[in-house]
Amino acid sequence: MPVLAQADLRLDANPLDYVLLVIYFAVVLGIGVMARRSVSTSLDFLLSGRSLPAWVTGLAFISANLGAIELLGMAANGAQYGLPTVHYYWIGAIPAMVFLGLVMMPFYYGSKVRSVPEFLRRRFGTGAHLVNALSFALAQVLIAGVNLYALALLLNLLLGWPIPLSIVIAALVVLTYTTLGGLSAAIYNEVLQFFVIVAALLPLTIVGLHKVGGWNGLVDKLTAKGAGEELGAWPATELTGISNPVLSVIGIVFGLGFVLSFGYWTTNFAEVQRALSAKSMSAARRTPIIGAFPKALIPFIIIIPGMIAAVVIPQVQALNEGGDANGITYNETLPLLIRELLPNGMLGIAITGLLASFMAGVAANVSSFNTVFTYDLWQDYVRKDRPDEYYLRVGRLATLGGTIIAIGTAFIASGYGNIMDYIQALFSFFNAPLFATFILGMFWKRMSAAAGWIGLVAGTLGAVVIFVMADPKLLGVLDLPGQGASFVGASVAFVLDIVVSVVVTMFTKPVPEKQLGGLVYSLTPKADRTHSTTGDDAGWYRSPALLGGGVLVLTTALYIIFG
Amino acid sequence: MAEKGQKAGLFDLRLIIAVLFGIYGVVLTVVGLAFTSDEDLAKADGLNINLWSGIGMFVLAAVFAAWTFTKPLVVPEEVPEAEPGGVH
Repeated sequence: MPVLAQADLRLDANPLDYVLLVIYFAVVLGIGVMARRSVSTSLDFLLSGRSLPAWVTGLAFISANLGAIELLGMAANGAQYGLPTVHYYWIGAIPAMVFLGLVMMPFYYGSKVRSVPEFLRRRFGTGAHLVNALSFALAQVLIAGVNLYALALLLNLLLGWPIPLSIVIAALVVLTYTTLGGLSAAIYNEVLQFFVIVAALLPLTIVGLHKVGGWNGLVDKLTAKGAGEELGAWPATELTGISNPVLSVIGIVFGLGFVLSFGYWTTNFAEVQRALSAKSMSAARRTPIIGAFPKALIPFIIIIPGMIAAVVIPQVQALNEGGDANGITYNETLPLLIRELLPNGMLGIAITGLLASFMAGVAANVSSFNTVFTYDLWQDYVRKDRPDEYYLRVGRLATLGGTIIAIGTAFIASGYGNIMDYIQALFSFFNAPLFATFILGMFWKRMSAAAGWIGLVAGTLGAVVIFVMADPKLLGVLDLPGQGASFVGASVAFVLDIVVSVVVTMFTKPVPEKQLGGLVYSLTPKADRTHSTTGDDAGWYRSPALLGGGVLVLTTALYIIFG
Repeated sequence: MAEKGQKAGLFDLRLIIAVLFGIYGVVLTVVGLAFTSDEDLAKADGLNINLWSGIGMFVLAAVFAAWTFTKPLVVPEEVPEAEPGGVH
């Protein structure tokens, strides 16, 4: 980061701001200490003892995804591409979250698996399980590293803390509460983080809109700049890098809306784990759907500030016009706007919100990594049949080890201008083929064990090949400058996985039907797929189908208004 | 929530949210009322954003406090079996 940028971005934090920050850290650590008292088994530590209510797991579900990179990256996309960025929230999340709750959760929660890889082990055996458990553990540690890097840069830019110091402090806080209280502490803090992030960004959006003369003022100013395409969600040709509008829409609907989004939201254990910790089947099914409501609304306080920055922050304007911005990049959009608009007091809340969102990300990565490491790698392949206290201890040590490795991987992220590209690349490698395998495996009882792992490997390789061909720093033979490369990569991975799985199945033996009860649709009695509607699960407003329909209607309405 | 008997009452997430935002709300409201300079006002385009945010957070805290006290956590008498390691 050039020296000029650092001087430009320093926030004028005073003791009041630091007090607000310290109060937050005290509460976060307090939650860790309190949660420790409820941890007596490995299941308590790694899956909250399957005891949480749906509103808690639902907010944690989206908070786990609301990391600092998400915030900074999406505000950056808002400043660069404008309103088309909403696709990441609406078509790129809501349908998949509803699908997870309504269609897939009965198999995840009903089969009592403790992780997503464990589902694969029971459905396909060792091959697919190892591929997924290893790639997931690797991806989580890499992404935790990216989160750490983002935080270090942020603290350095905003407050002038040295990068190594900020990494150590932040990692220590996350490590303390996750090793003490396990998943419960991580989830409780995620819920708290959600509210702090909203408390930071909502006032920022209000002040910003006031400054540009409301929504209409923002529209006028962007139109005057000649940025009319930034004001409608479709066809988003700039965002995808696909210049043909029809192909661009197809890229978004199929690549982002179907393959990438379903791959991420329905099979990423860092997300699904939140639902698995819910206290009943009904609560587990409602988890992603309850999360979908704030997910549909939160772009208004992330993307709109980015768009506001594009008209009120001179450096961001310069970037939009392709000019020199003194070393500032789009990723600094949100901090620049905070510095410009918020006085001390709210400034402290905003800094707390940014740090909170960082911790949400890392804690989600670490708390899902330790579960997969403990149950899926250590217990299945290294040390079987030990007493439960042994695995509780392994879980705590895995938390420590994962955090240490994450610190080391923080630097991989530094080679990329737009952090989102990097994250998307990782997702398309591992997640896109996974969804194909899951959906085939859940609904096609004939699918064989060999097809499980061969399909996954083929799909992942397909995504890697597209990434290498499209990256200008590598081969650069495909011309897809925006996010298009990851959309295409994910689509290729998905199609390859399906084709290879079907072909391999034709030549291999099916898994015996006796082993597939609870895992495959046609072999699971209807009673095992339905949830109770009594006690805490009673009431029409707790119906997963009704809530799911509601959020789909809401999202459609938003698209009609902002299309 | 915690499954171990009486302890659940001490560790209700709703109460923690109420306490944190109660503190934030009071601090920001006081800062907004008593310690806001013209410079601070100018920065936020004339809005006393600390005051309004403080009031908003205080309302959030009040809602969560009300929820906590009207519907206290009930600790289930029978803890549902979670079958740790049941798949082996």
